Amino acid sequence: MAILEVQNINKSFGNTRVLEDISFSLEEGNALAIIGSSGSGKTTLLRCLNFLETPDKGKIIVKNNVLFDADSASSTSENEIRRKRLHFGMVFQNFNLFPQYTALGNVMLACELLAKERSDYKTNRKKIHNEIEEKAKLLLDQMGLSDRMYNYPHQLSGGQQQRVAIARALAMEPDILCFDEPTSALDPELTGEVLKVIRSLAEKHTTMVIVTHEMSFARDVADQIIFMDGGYIVEQGNAFDVINNPKEERTKQFLARYSEK
Amino acid sequence: MSVSIIFSKLFETFGINCTIFFVTLLFALPLGLIISFGSMSKIKWLQKIVRVFVWIIRGTPLMLQIIVIFYGPGLIWGGNAMPRLSAAIVAFIINYACYFSEIYRGGIQSIPKGQQEAGQVLGMTKAQIFFRVTLLQVIKRIVPPMGNEFMTLIKDTALANVIANKEIIMMSKEFATKGLIWPLFSTALFFLIFCGILSILFRYLEKKLDYFR
Ligand SMILES: Nc1ncnc2c1ncn2[C@@H]1O[C@H](COP(=O)(O)OP(=O)(O)OP(=O)(O)O)[C@@H](O)[C@H]1O
Ligand SMILES: [Mg+2]
Repeated sequence: MAILEVQNINKSFGNTRVLEDISFSLEEGNALAIIGSSGSGKTTLLRCLNFLETPDKGKIIVKNNVLFDADSASSTSENEIRRKRLHFGMVFQNFNLFPQYTALGNVMLACELLAKERSDYKTNRKKIHNEIEEKAKLLLDQMGLSDRMYNYPHQLSGGQQQRVAIARALAMEPDILCFDEPTSALDPELTGEVLKVIRSLAEKHTTMVIVTHEMSFARDVADQIIFMDGGYIVEQGNAFDVINNPKEERTKQFLARYSEK
Repeated sequence: MSVSIIFSKLFETFGINCTIFFVTLLFALPLGLIISFGSMSKIKWLQKIVRVFVWIIRGTPLMLQIIVIFYGPGLIWGGNAMPRLSAAIVAFIINYACYFSEIYRGGIQSIPKGQQEAGQVLGMTKAQIFFRVTLLQVIKRIVPPMGNEFMTLIKDTALANVIANKEIIMMSKEFATKGLIWPLFSTALFFLIFCGILSILFRYLEKKLDYFR
C-alpha cells in the first residue's frame, strides 16, 4: 500500500495554471525524483504537499488518511494544518536555517516546542530535553557534523548548512521528506557532500520526494521519476527507464539538453 | 549668581527633557508596533488610513503638532487646555510612534519569507514563529536606526518650549536675557553627555547581537 497518494491536484495563481491534474503515488521507503525545466511547477507541487499552498482541486492521502481534499471543506484551523504538516518534512533550496540558533539549536527548536504540548512535559521536562538533545546530536553526527554542532549558520559552508537543514527536517520524524533542489544554491564542489547524505538516507529507506536537476543522481538514487512540463506530468515510471529510455518526445528533448551540458 | 547655582538650575530643567524622553519612549515604542501592524494589514482600508496618518505626522513639523495639540482642543471645544507638559508629551508620542512604526515595518519586511516558511513546515505556530524566529532578527536590524531616533528624540525635546515648557534651553535663555550668555552654550554639554551614554548603550546592544547574521 502506498504511503503517499496524490490525486488530481490542480493549482492556479490568478489566471496562471501551474499544476494540472497531478496524480502519483509513492511506496513507503522509496525515493521519488521530480525533474523538469524551470517553471514547470515542481516547487509549487512540493509546497502543496507541505500545506504552504492550497490546491484548488485534488486530494492528498498519507497512510490512508485524507490530509487534504479540495471537495470536502474540512476545517483549516492553524492547529490542524500544523499537525498535518508534520507528516511531511521540507528541505529548501536556500536552507532557511534560523540564524540566531546554533546548528544544534536549529535541529532542536521545533522538537522542543512540540514537546511542550505533551501532557507529561511538566513532570519530565529535563528528561524530555535530554532525549531531544541526544537525538539532535545523533542526527548531526550522521550528517558528518559532529564537530560543527555549536556553530551558527553564518559560520558554516553552504553544504554544511544544507546538512543541518536536513537534520532539522529529520528530527521531526516526518513520514515523507521533501527536497526542493537541495544542491542548486551550492558551489559544485559542495554538492557532492549533500548528495552523499541524501544517498545514505535512500539506503536507509527514507521515503523521499526530491526535486533535482542532477540527472545522474536522480537515476541512481530514486526508485521512481516524474518528469513535469508546463504543470503536467509528462512521463513517470521506474527511474532507470525514464532517464535511459524515455518514451515521450518532450522527455527526450529535456534529457538531451542535460546531456549536452 | 554662582556657577553652581546656575548649573543646578540647568540640571533641574533638563529633568523636563528627560521626562519627555522617557515617557515618550515608554508609550511610542509599543504604539509604533501597533501602527506598523496597521500599515502592513491585509485589510486594505485600514492599511490606507494608517499610511495616510503616518504620512501626515511624518510630513509636518513636530513643533506644529505640539502647538495644535495644546491649543487645538481649546479652540474647537472651548474649555481649559491640557497641562503644557502633557500636551507636549502626547505630541511627541504620536510623532515618534509614527517614525518607529516605519522602522518596525522595514525590519519586519526585511526578514526573508523563507524563515517563516521553515518554521511552518516544522509545525510551529504563528506565535512561536514570531517570538522564537522572527523577533530577534527584527530587533537586530532595527537597533542601528533606533539609536538614531533616540538621539534625535532627546534633542527634539527642546521643542517643548514652544508651549512654554520650562526645559533646559528655555531656562538658559532666561539667563541670557539677564546678560548671562555662557549658560546657553553650556546646555550643549547636557545633550552631549546624554547622547554619549545613548551611543555607548546602543553599541553594547549591537555587540550583543553580533553573534549571528
Ligand atoms: N506565488 C506565486 N504567485 C504567482 N505565480 C507563481 C507563484 N509561485 C509560482 N508561480 C508561477 O508558477 C509557475 C511554476 O513555478 P514553480 O516555482 O513551481 O516552478 P519550478 O518547476 O519549481 O521552477 P524552478 O526549476 O525554476 O524552481 C511559474 O510560472 C511561476 O511563475
Ligand atoms: Mg523550484
